[in-house]
Amino acid sequence: MATETLEQPVIKKDRSEGLLSKRRRRFVTDPLNDDNPITVQVLGICSALAITLKMEPTLVMSIAVLFVVVFSNLIISLFRNLIPNRVRIIVQLAVIASLVTLVNEVLKAYYYDMYKVLSVYVGLIITNCIIMGRLEAFAMGNKAWDSILDGFGSGFGYAWIILAVAFFRELFGFGSLFGFEVFKAIGIENFPNNGLMVTPIGAFMILGIIIWIQRTRSGYVEQ
Amino acid sequence: MELISLGVRSIFIENMVFAYFLGMCSYLAVSKKVSTAVGLGLAVIFVLTITVPANWLIKEFILREGALSWMGAGFATVDLTFLQFIMFIAIIAAMVQLVEMVIEKLSPALYGSLGIFLPLIAVNCAILGSSLFMVQKDLNLIESTVYGFSSGIGWFLAIIALAAIREKLKYSNVPDGLKGLGITMLITGLMGLAFMSFIGISI
Repeated sequence: MATETLEQPVIKKDRSEGLLSKRRRRFVTDPLNDDNPITVQVLGICSALAITLKMEPTLVMSIAVLFVVVFSNLIISLFRNLIPNRVRIIVQLAVIASLVTLVNEVLKAYYYDMYKVLSVYVGLIITNCIIMGRLEAFAMGNKAWDSILDGFGSGFGYAWIILAVAFFRELFGFGSLFGFEVFKAIGIENFPNNGLMVTPIGAFMILGIIIWIQRTRSGYVEQ
Repeated sequence: MELISLGVRSIFIENMVFAYFLGMCSYLAVSKKVSTAVGLGLAVIFVLTITVPANWLIKEFILREGALSWMGAGFATVDLTFLQFIMFIAIIAAMVQLVEMVIEKLSPALYGSLGIFLPLIAVNCAILGSSLFMVQKDLNLIESTVYGFSSGIGWFLAIIALAAIREKLKYSNVPDGLKGLGITMLITGLMGLAFMSFIGISI
């Protein structure tokens, strides 16, 4: 792919530093916990809640967001010196919107059922603040490889939180995981499904509690 | 009558925040004080009322399959629906810019209070979301204007209610890890529970 040939010169330039040096590993590991985009930076909440009713659409959504954040980070960081400062928001939006259109068309072509389930929320990846936030805060001022790693970090940080929310919502709301009926499998025939988990309120509550646990563990206190 | 029903439905039952989780980022970030929340809420109503019909025009006369037939018979089968996202976000960004300039010219006082929020709005998912829902619901021009306006009102109500609660919350003793975002999520959940009582009302 064209992207590989593009990133090579950047890697060659700082050969002195390993591809996954300690500093670079931090780009990936920090967003997973201490600097999580959802629980600490409060970004990308909209889609985090809307599609977490079941595990499967959540997984597709996390892959879509991961793809968009990694590639938009790469593209913007390659062009960072060419983009005039005044129009950078429009340029960033155009790059993100093109990538999201790509995701949307691929879903429509190969995975139509999921396309129907996710409906407008695929389009809303464009306004996912995590992506804009990473472009503004990181890709505009860093080299391509670092930006890709940063994209992976933010993407995974986002993914594990929404997968955790979806895990509890599907488990208690439907008694299943990825459509597999867990409670029946372990011999509990009539596990009472919790209707609250299926409604939006369940999503707010679960995310609130996850944030509480996560922040208590990392010791982060918002003033 | 149908328009009123559509309006009430999109304010209370299909509330942007509580039913679709749209515009959550600015909803959580700008709800610390009632006065700023009112400013942002008004700006959102304003921009939504303009962008949803504007995007309807774009959809109807440029993007829809066969929409370009006014350019000649050769364009009758062109389907540009795949450009929807990029066109909508461009229209929104342009509209926000335009609105900002018009307000600055006509009413410097209003610009002073709304000005800082307007750029924020371009990336508010409630705006893009309403346009996408407008396409999904297949509304006409008048309906989409009403839909845009009442979605804005719904969002406005949600953010001022939350801001008012958060102002009082400053005096309560919240556990450290729950401070800020955590407790706000729980409050939003409880508010959503209250808004759920509107489900089933038909006018």
